[in-house]
Amino acid sequence: MENRENKTEVIVVGGGPAGISCAITIARAGKEVVLIERGKFAGSKNVFGGAIYAKPTREIFPDFEKTAPLERKNVEHKYALLGEEDATVISYKKKHEVPESYTVIRAKFDRWMAEEAKKEGVILVEETVVRELIVKDGFVKGVRTELEDYYADIVVLADGVNSLLAKQVGLRGDLKPEDVALSVKEVIKLPAEKINDRFHVNDGEGCIYEIFGGAMLGMLGLGFMYTNKNSVSIGLGVALSELVERGLRPYDLLDKLKKHPEIEPLIKDGELLEYSAHLIPEGGYKKVPLLFGAGVMVCGDAAMFVNNMHWEGTNLAMISGKIAGETAVIALGKRDFSENALSHYQEELEDSFIIKDLRTYKDLMSGVGERAGEFLGYYPQKINSFFEMFTSVDSVPKRDKYHKFIKSIFTDRKIVELFKDFWVAVKLLWSILK
Amino acid sequence: MSDLEDKLYTVKYTPDTVSHLQPVQECCRVCKSKVCTTICPAGVYEWDESKQKLIVNFENCLECGACRIACESCSLGWEYPKGTKGVTFKQG
Repeated sequence: MENRENKTEVIVVGGGPAGISCAITIARAGKEVVLIERGKFAGSKNVFGGAIYAKPTREIFPDFEKTAPLERKNVEHKYALLGEEDATVISYKKKHEVPESYTVIRAKFDRWMAEEAKKEGVILVEETVVRELIVKDGFVKGVRTELEDYYADIVVLADGVNSLLAKQVGLRGDLKPEDVALSVKEVIKLPAEKINDRFHVNDGEGCIYEIFGGAMLGMLGLGFMYTNKNSVSIGLGVALSELVERGLRPYDLLDKLKKHPEIEPLIKDGELLEYSAHLIPEGGYKKVPLLFGAGVMVCGDAAMFVNNMHWEGTNLAMISGKIAGETAVIALGKRDFSENALSHYQEELEDSFIIKDLRTYKDLMSGVGERAGEFLGYYPQKINSFFEMFTSVDSVPKRDKYHKFIKSIFTDRKIVELFKDFWVAVKLLWSILK
Repeated sequence: MSDLEDKLYTVKYTPDTVSHLQPVQECCRVCKSKVCTTICPAGVYEWDESKQKLIVNFENCLECGACRIACESCSLGWEYPKGTKGVTFKQG
């Protein structure tokens, strides 16, 4: 039963970037907020690549660079197209005066964010799993944990990609294997100097690899590497539907990726610190659930807020959490927690980059998925074979080589495939730029 | 030791005594793909042919949720471990 002891103004479920940003926004407005985290501490169940983005993080924590546990500021992005044995790498490097992104370790960074939230008045409850939402008269009224029921005017669901709670109250249906990528990652310990040398960076600077092909040739999947202070994170994410159809084990793919000649020297002699796995929401705009109901809002991964084209997730989580928090504060001011009052959350999201970007790329995954064998298989290999041809010195006249290569584009596969690729590429470009 | 065992050895777990993963064995017996035995990143599921039973090494679970979504018959009982139990990532 609801009483003064177990009732608060807002309960936020999930102590990740979305939940913490939401809770701190509410606490800063002087409202009472309880943040419930299922892990031993915030960040202990979280996994990402990964990097956090400085600008969105500053929106929540203006001075985070002074005290947050950061690994390296990223100064270089590399796009590696891997063939079976060869590789073509495109690199963009810029040392921004004000850093754009930092690598972080979630167990440290999320924990730091949660501590900051506590300082600002958020009541953090760890090691507590919310098993279901309490619904009364069509309103979400609170949460049921293993031990107790807690009541609130508003419950915010930031419970991650699996969000069983959003499903329970009908805000979203069951996820399908094509809606998520399964990601596995290894964090490999290496001395800082070795990382600096191998990735061509200075102390405190980092390099991000985005990896296409290789162990994932022809699959809807990508690999990644991030440099931390004294370790390198390497992993990959593959559409769960691909793994299911092909009967592949995700860690076999990762082991294969680690052995690729482009990758192996980068992590050689490193010691495995930790292996992890996590799902990434990939459904995009079309799979965004209902974002609010009477007494409830959904943000972060639970709302499918991932921009898979640009590898953005934590920023969408933070900003959606912030907007949910602002909406909660307005609703508390009016004592109106109806669907109508909370629809403000959706309106603000629609106005923000979050929904706009998701809409921009709404056809991307299905389009690329439809031609994954081509866009993530044939073409990465073809680009590599072009450079193989271009760099080979074998007394064959160059013009003959060019002709042979151009001819191969038309003879490798049925010519109709070329038209299909072109058609899907144009369709995708149009959907993004129109 | 297999490669996967080496990997899992690096993960910190606080195992519960009861499983948070509850397959419906009747469904597993007729399941053709037994996809959980391949997609699970921690190799939690093993099919015991002689006993016609799905073995669940739940204490190795990384709590990703892939099995729940991939389960062919959508019959897998899946919930998060208790608040004090399960995996604790230090390097996520």
